Amino acid sequence: MKTDSTHMDRRSFLRVTALTGGGLLLGFSLGPRPGADAAETVGGMFTPNAFIRITADGRITLLAKNPECGQGVKTSLPMILAEELGVDISVVSIEQAGVDEKVFGRQFAGGSRSTPDNFDVLRRAGAAARIMLVQAAAETWGVPVNECEAGAGTVIHGASKRSLRYGELAGKAAKLSPPDEKSIPLKATADFKLLGTRVGGVDNPAIVTGRPLFGIDQNLPGMVYAVFERCPVPGGKVKSSNLDRIKTLPSVLDAFVLEGGDDPTGLMPGVAIVAVSTWAAMSARRQLQVTWDDGDMAAHSTTAYDERAAELGGKPGREMRKDGDVDGAFAAAKAVVKSAYSYPFLSHATLEPQNCTAHVRGDSVEIWAPTQTPGGGQDLVAKTLKIPKEKITVHMTRIGGGFGRRLMNDYMVEAAAIAQRVKAPVKVTWTREDDMRHDFYRPAGWHFIEGAVDAQGRIAGWKNHFVTLGNKEAVEPVRSAALSTDELPARFLANYRLEQSLIPTVVPTGFLRAPGSNAIAFVMQSFIDELAHAGGRDPLAIRLELLGEDRTIPPAATGRGPAYDVARMKGVVRRVAASANWGKKFEKGRGQGIAFHFSHSGYVAEVAEVSVAKDGTLVVHDVWCCADVGPIINRSGAEAQVEGSIIDGLSATWRQEITIDRGRTVQGNFNDYPLLRIADIPRVHVDFIESANPPTGLGEPALPPVAPAVCNAIFAACGKRLRSLPVSKTDLRWS
Amino acid sequence: MLVFGLDMPAYELKVNGSVRKVDVPADTPLLWVLRDALDLVGTKFGCGMSQCGACTVHLNGDAVRSCTTRVSAAVSGTIVTIEGLSPDGSHPLQRAWIKYDVPQCGYCQAGQIMTAAALLARNHKPTDTEIDEALTGNICRCGTYPRIRRAVREAAAAMRGEKLTGTGVDVTAGLASTTSCRQEEVRA
Repeated sequence: MKTDSTHMDRRSFLRVTALTGGGLLLGFSLGPRPGADAAETVGGMFTPNAFIRITADGRITLLAKNPECGQGVKTSLPMILAEELGVDISVVSIEQAGVDEKVFGRQFAGGSRSTPDNFDVLRRAGAAARIMLVQAAAETWGVPVNECEAGAGTVIHGASKRSLRYGELAGKAAKLSPPDEKSIPLKATADFKLLGTRVGGVDNPAIVTGRPLFGIDQNLPGMVYAVFERCPVPGGKVKSSNLDRIKTLPSVLDAFVLEGGDDPTGLMPGVAIVAVSTWAAMSARRQLQVTWDDGDMAAHSTTAYDERAAELGGKPGREMRKDGDVDGAFAAAKAVVKSAYSYPFLSHATLEPQNCTAHVRGDSVEIWAPTQTPGGGQDLVAKTLKIPKEKITVHMTRIGGGFGRRLMNDYMVEAAAIAQRVKAPVKVTWTREDDMRHDFYRPAGWHFIEGAVDAQGRIAGWKNHFVTLGNKEAVEPVRSAALSTDELPARFLANYRLEQSLIPTVVPTGFLRAPGSNAIAFVMQSFIDELAHAGGRDPLAIRLELLGEDRTIPPAATGRGPAYDVARMKGVVRRVAASANWGKKFEKGRGQGIAFHFSHSGYVAEVAEVSVAKDGTLVVHDVWCCADVGPIINRSGAEAQVEGSIIDGLSATWRQEITIDRGRTVQGNFNDYPLLRIADIPRVHVDFIESANPPTGLGEPALPPVAPAVCNAIFAACGKRLRSLPVSKTDLRWS
Repeated sequence: MLVFGLDMPAYELKVNGSVRKVDVPADTPLLWVLRDALDLVGTKFGCGMSQCGACTVHLNGDAVRSCTTRVSAAVSGTIVTIEGLSPDGSHPLQRAWIKYDVPQCGYCQAGQIMTAAALLARNHKPTDTEIDEALTGNICRCGTYPRIRRAVREAAAAMRGEKLTGTGVDVTAGLASTTSCRQEEVRA
């Protein structure tokens, strides 16, 4: 995932403000210093411009700054504050922050960035508050600060056995100057009491009792309901429709065409139907007839892309990287392996379909959206509807699954545009079919790879002609369709060549959990396995050999992205192999596969154990995972992310494929785009190496290795090499 | 729901122990009656065709998909939604869900719990296979299935009065929080 270069570090500063009634409001304000009055209290309420609120009556509130889409940050980020502040995470109040990036810094859920971007910032925010509360207590008692200790919401003076609750100290602490940011002592990892424990999600009690939490649960006085029929092909337009007939339907309040544009991330052309209920709008839509101008997209299909890829793969492509003497390595090889790999488009299929509620009043818009990028949504609405950004309020609701789909805000601009016409709060709900057919798909891709193995069974050379989807002009890959020239085995092999060819497309593509990596790991780690077998080598041994000596490899080609710490990767590879009892012998029909992948700064290796019956029935029994993402923040959440990533990745690997025909997405619902069900899932064994590196995110990096681990295990079990996904399309019968 | 004096059939539904009157067309799925007319939004829309189970409610004790159950077919029955599963969130399944920190995004969980509750009401000692069979119609996009299994087993054991041994979370975060997507409820 691309991450923005905006960082929230050096310019952060502390601000403390007295609250009405005596209290301490403290936060690190990030980026340009907001106006001096930004934290003033208004009528007893304060602008939510800080992470910690302590009131005189003892209420402690921690603000969760980033969108919660199931990755657990509404729990884990406040845990970081609580660790340094010294409060019991279970008794505090946790609130979703409002959207204000001047105050909170970047507020988004993407790239597994919430933990690495906020860890130190939130620790300092918590520690600074604790220091001031301790100072307030020391002054109250007239004792030295170093005789006082803070914890569980209380400051204690051990010698005199006196104690004061944080609430009792809040008024006094608010009058103190904040400590110098640089001098704030932070706890050593070994001293963490809360971080690393298992903390249940803050919204769990609300979830299990059905409280309104998600975007789709929004309900406002006078709210009306809308559906939107979008052009089935990207770049198409509305030619005509039976709007007049739709408007006469009894439960329909209004129906109209939105012109839209041709950028699928913005407002798309279509017909809106506004009605008295969701069902009334959906029912009316069944009578809607629209004639579309398909534009030039109707000729596009996945079949045509596959054929074109095969043509291009047989010819040279544009050279993207060349290291060493590739031709020499192939000429001297003992064995050469040539393989063609491919993977399909994938849909995000968030279980909460896209939706958004908007209310336009005068020149202002208020929006309730399950979005991973609320600030981006504000910008998009401002630009499209020509409304000043400061007139647009976005409320982050809980998100019923993000997976990268909600990095886009197409549903938000759509709801705002409909609300502009309706003059009432309006909730726009997508059907499952809308959601699956108007997605930003994980792009399909094709790799024509050759590998050279020398007499010792070592990988001596590697050539990859990567055929990917490009923009209309075939100048650059479309969103999420590029392959980094640094991607392994680049930087690990002396002789390496990468070529690239592009197939023009207008199919909307986007970021799906572990973008790029979710496809690349399958290809690279499967082909490493092929080379291992060609050279008579153990798949584990050849991987450790490829990784080579312990060293840190800088990102040479692009100069961007994190360095690669080889020792950390070898650590997780060795440990997962040991956990899975790698090397164990199996009867034919059962086997293990191994794979590793570095993404989002996380080092992850996985072993899968599968059986393939003679009739081709696949059972995935176990997946062992070892990840090194530094220290673990919330052990329960971290294990959940690994379990979920593995099941998510397995779902896609095994059964999922989006195909395009006449420019249209063929699949529409879970009957033709299946997700794994409870009986299909393996036992998942989660293990962490908690290295002393800064903690990094875990929403994504455990996903990429599962596809190659499972496919390599299938080969080990029955000798069938999977070079095209999903697995369900390959006949696995053997005798 | 009153709609501009339209002549819509009036239905009386027995939902979570009270009788609720709604004026909606006969073909309206129970799901949208619950969500739009009665503001019981714990029951979720996922697919609209009985594929995902997010909309599961109890009709006369059976787990049914409310997205494909017409309101006219639910009139004579007793309906229970996630909001009415227990008065205070204390059903053994709700407690087990919290103990094992089951939810990730949380969107499917009401449907999972309602399906599991119907199973446990008639089978206090389900095997793993019986749990899988009962829950096979409920998709979890986040992949919380391992924890769902653990939580259902634990809730079943609790209902049998057995001693519980599973290791769950140490604490649940922010129990003083008011959680809602609706501002007025957060402020209140």
